[in-house]
Amino acid sequence: MAEQKKLSIISMSGDFDKVIAVFTLASGAAAVGYEVNIFFTFWGLNSIKKETERKFIGSGFMARFFNFLLGGRKNLPLSRLNFGGLSPILMTGMMKGKNVATLEELFDASKALKVNFYACEMAMHVLGLSKDDFIPEVKDVLGVASFLELSKGGQTLFI
Amino acid sequence: MSTFNLDITKERCPMTFVKTKLHLEQLEPGDILEIQLLEGEPLQNVPKTAAEQGFHILETVLLKDNIYKVVIQK
Repeated sequence: MAEQKKLSIISMSGDFDKVIAVFTLASGAAAVGYEVNIFFTFWGLNSIKKETERKFIGSGFMARFFNFLLGGRKNLPLSRLNFGGLSPILMTGMMKGKNVATLEELFDASKALKVNFYACEMAMHVLGLSKDDFIPEVKDVLGVASFLELSKGGQTLFI
Repeated sequence: MSTFNLDITKERCPMTFVKTKLHLEQLEPGDILEIQLLEGEPLQNVPKTAAEQGFHILETVLLKDNIYKVVIQK
C-alpha cells in the first residue's frame, strides 16, 4: 500500500443532514482503513460541544446568546423543511425504521474508529468557546496552516 | 484460536464496514471471523478492504438467495 489513504473533512455546516454526511463519510472511511481528520469550524462546532442541547456557554454576552440559539448535536436543524425542529426527530425515526445508522450511531462509530477531531481556532474565538467546551476527543485547536499540513497528500472535502 | 460470527445482513452503509472493522480489531492472530453479508456493495468491498488491511480471506460461500458468508482470518 504505497498510496496514502487519508480523508480530511472541513465541517462548517451545522445542518443535521450535512453533519450526517460528515460522520457517514468519516466513519466509513476510517472503517476501510483511511486516516480521517475532521476540522470543525463555525456551525460545525455545534456537533462537538459537550453540551448537546441549548445552553448558555462561552465567554461574553453575545457569544453566550449565540451559543444558546445554536445549541448542540441533539438540536441540529434540517437544512430544508425543518418545521421548528420536528423534522430531524421524524428523520431519525425513519432512519431507525429502515435500519440506517442515526447521527448518534455514526458519531459514536467515528469516535470508536479513532477519527481525529480538530476545532478551528478563529471560529472558537468569535463564538467565545474554549477547548473545554468540547468533548475530550477533540485532539487540538488549529488554524488554516496546520489543517493544510494535516490534510496534505489526501483528499479534502468541505461540507 | 477462536471463531467469531458477525451478521451484517441487516446493516446499511457505512455500518457494514464499521461493524466489520470493530470486530476485526478485536481478533488475535489466528482467530477467524465469519461474516454473513448481502451481495452488492458489502460483498464487493468488505472482503476487499479486510484483505487490504492484512487479513486473510479464507473463503466466500453463497448461503442462500443473496446472502453470502465470508470467512476471514487474522
